[in-house]
Amino acid sequence: MTEFRTAARDAAARIAACEAKGTHAFLAWSERALLEQADALAAAPAAARGALAGEAVAVKDVIADATFPTTCGSKILEGWRSPFEATAVRRLREAGALVAGKTGCDEFAMGSSTEWCAYGPSRNPVDPSRVPGGSSGGSAAAIAAGAVTMALGSETGGSVRHPAAFCGVVGIKPTYGRVSRYGLVAFGSSLDQIGTLGKDVASAARLLAAVSGRDDRDATTLDRVPLGEPGPAAASLAGTVIGVPREYFPAGLHAGVAAAARKALERLKTLGAELRDVSLPHTGYAVPTYYIVAPAEASSNLARYDGVRYGLREGGLSDVRAMYRATRGQGFGPEVRRRILLGTYVLSAGYYDAYYGKAQRVREAIRADFARVFASGVHALFTPTTPTPAFKFGEHIADPLAMYLSDVFVCTANLAWVPALSLPIGRDEGLPVGGQLIGPMEGESTIIRIAQALERVTDPVAEVR
Amino acid sequence: MTPGVGGDPADGAKAAAELGRRQAGATSWETVVGLEVHVQLLTRTKMFCACSTRFGDPPNTNVCPVCLGLPGALPVPNEQAVRLAVRAAYALGCTVHGRSIFARKNYFYPDLPKGYQISQFEEPLATGGSLAFVSAERGPVTVRIKRVHLEEDAGKSFHDRVPGMTAVDFNRSGVPLIEIVSEPDLRSPAEARAYLTVLKQVLGPGYVAVSNCNMEEGSLRVDANLSVRPAGSSELRTRTEVKNLNAFSGVERALTAERGRQIAATERGEKIEQRTMTFDAASGEVHPMRSKEESHDYRYFPEPDIPPLVLGEAWLAQERRQLPELPAAKRERFEKQFTLSSAESAVVTATAAIADYFEGMVKGEGSGKEAWNWVANDLLSLSTDGESIPLPVSRAVEVTGLVKAGKLSRQAAKRVLPEMLEHPAEPALAIAERLGLLQVSDSGAIDGWVRETLEAHAAEVARYRAGEAKLLGFLVGQVMKRSAGKADPKAVNAALAAALKT
Repeated sequence: MTEFRTAARDAAARIAACEAKGTHAFLAWSERALLEQADALAAAPAAARGALAGEAVAVKDVIADATFPTTCGSKILEGWRSPFEATAVRRLREAGALVAGKTGCDEFAMGSSTEWCAYGPSRNPVDPSRVPGGSSGGSAAAIAAGAVTMALGSETGGSVRHPAAFCGVVGIKPTYGRVSRYGLVAFGSSLDQIGTLGKDVASAARLLAAVSGRDDRDATTLDRVPLGEPGPAAASLAGTVIGVPREYFPAGLHAGVAAAARKALERLKTLGAELRDVSLPHTGYAVPTYYIVAPAEASSNLARYDGVRYGLREGGLSDVRAMYRATRGQGFGPEVRRRILLGTYVLSAGYYDAYYGKAQRVREAIRADFARVFASGVHALFTPTTPTPAFKFGEHIADPLAMYLSDVFVCTANLAWVPALSLPIGRDEGLPVGGQLIGPMEGESTIIRIAQALERVTDPVAEVR
Repeated sequence: MTPGVGGDPADGAKAAAELGRRQAGATSWETVVGLEVHVQLLTRTKMFCACSTRFGDPPNTNVCPVCLGLPGALPVPNEQAVRLAVRAAYALGCTVHGRSIFARKNYFYPDLPKGYQISQFEEPLATGGSLAFVSAERGPVTVRIKRVHLEEDAGKSFHDRVPGMTAVDFNRSGVPLIEIVSEPDLRSPAEARAYLTVLKQVLGPGYVAVSNCNMEEGSLRVDANLSVRPAGSSELRTRTEVKNLNAFSGVERALTAERGRQIAATERGEKIEQRTMTFDAASGEVHPMRSKEESHDYRYFPEPDIPPLVLGEAWLAQERRQLPELPAAKRERFEKQFTLSSAESAVVTATAAIADYFEGMVKGEGSGKEAWNWVANDLLSLSTDGESIPLPVSRAVEVTGLVKAGKLSRQAAKRVLPEMLEHPAEPALAIAERLGLLQVSDSGAIDGWVRETLEAHAAEVARYRAGEAKLLGFLVGQVMKRSAGKADPKAVNAALAAALKT
């Protein structure tokens, strides 16, 4: 048996164990697919095997691949098999990775808990009564449960970092344009970005290196050489200036989260970093801005699911309008319908300037906040990733606004296109707490370097108070 | 007749003007028309993917994830489409903007695979141009062009292929288009047609060649806005949009019908409603579209999948320099340079190829008028497409040389020219000889035919000599007939004059 077959078999056993516990991290996976890929890899010349040879990688179900269905966690795409694969998945294969399966997520990546997945939510392996966060909750849960060591997720407003924080793993949202969106099913195109999750900073960074780089199929990719592999963790952060934006530490912040962040900041200081109090004054407008821009784009991006060419078709064939209504009314879940309605409204004649137009201007102001702080000599910002640790199933499902506010610290980076990551910085009452590092445009290597140094001196499962 | 630019606009104009007068009754009405023209760009591949743009292939064979709008597919702009759009905009005298923005136009229709069309809205590629043409009613007219923008086409719905169902072909989905929006500067249905004729001349294969501009194949499509107002008024009244126009003549007929409808309604004291009308070419009538089909809020917003289209100054300048001399400028130059009338000039500037041919003939002929006669009367009839003349200029000059030398008659030249197409290697002289068309200027033979003619037509000779000078022409004709058309008419004239004097 080749080493790759062994790796495939081990991965299958770990995934089976993860799913046997009821984690439901995966919507589709198969041992046979893993073995076939392992055999193909073994047959390839050694030189062509790439940096991730034999690594099992899970892929969020909003990313098209040619092996498994790509349902986006939606009934409207039940059983949909994409005739093409995403550039990121192609690069995974070229790097020698084994695509292990497709992970669960909120429908079309709209949500922060995976509770909006049409095929049932994923559970947080740390505490199965709690959500894994979202929308890339299945990817985070798969890693936390030990099924895989790395996974692809996607972000529109924090959907990689949020579940990474809830599950106690690492999640990186790269600079907009760093990873091709070709094959990532669109939600909010000006915000969407494929991100990576890993059991540690190096795993997430290695995966990012493999999938990053310009792509002729995505006109918004950056024309840069792909990111390199991460180096060893630095023992010192001397000379590094870390901004601490006061807007991310509001009075009344969850005590456990505040304590964890404080401990992480002390460690950064001990490592030699200079901590600087900074202000990003438009932070408070980020959630409302996000909930205009993202639904507006979503209302347009999701118009194609009309029952005409593929996916679900309901309502018979006698009247095309009736077919649209039935297909979309029955195919989309409540959160997706809510956002389509919201987005359609804000783009409507007479409302465009008041909502979408104004949101674009606020977005510019948020971007300018970051640019100003990074131009002042700050290398990265440190904040909590989420305002609370993982919440329980059903806690926010009836209150969309409470669910949306869970993204208050993460959606700014998507609006501003800057890279950000979340890493575990300890536990509060047994639940993981995430710390966030935000970098300047194209500053992935900076935040990865800082995160590796911090990770080296952090016990991620130690109680913070 | 000008080949390649379709029909004589003047005929339609006269009829329409007459109809307008009759319909106008006591009050004199003025028509105000603006056109939105969609022109399909002549690219090999589609606007945002690498699929072929070929017309007429089996349905749904030129498709891919991008132009089918499959989940996760993304558009990447086609550089050649941008280039052709820029050329068109410059040819229409527009300002081309160094930065323009693609936008999404959202609406649901089964042949629109993404649920939105990628177009341009607030910041189009080009603005502020003009197109000049000659109106049968008003003389030279300049129509202002408001904007030229790039967009993708939708698929095509067929409502008649499957009973009770609609079939959709996505081969056309994503084919690049430009939309050319005019200001409401046209004043009659005939002017609308004349404008389209010139637009097609400029952008079509004859000149800038960015499109086939073929209305039947759908590579040129027209939506028209029309309103009427009392003559002399400058107000803009409520307009209607007329759709489903699929021929230049159809545009004129549809607008004439819609003008009649609006005038009649206004004279009855009714208010014109802003709405969309559709033209039924079979009945020649316009009907309002169902309101469900016309009430759209397109929810435009900037296309986030495509960065702003940024075009460098040097690149733009180069495209501008490469534009051919356009028909209006050519016409004017030819009028001056070769002392042609504007109508004559129009004939030999129908296409750039014909104009080049004409200038080649001037070089070979020496005289603009002579060259014009050859091109307009003899050579253009060799053209099969009305866009170019298949015989090389050097070959045509062989023939005109034989005529000048008195070896071939003007009439016989008409028979030699098509023969030269069949036998590209055979010299004109040899062809003329083979066909027995070489002229006889040998005085012995001519004198013989003159003598025979005078004998055969003694009565006419007598009348001529009695003062009926016009009979000379008859006698020349008779001599020519006896020579079977081979006699050199100049020599015949001279010989006949001499014989009649004695």
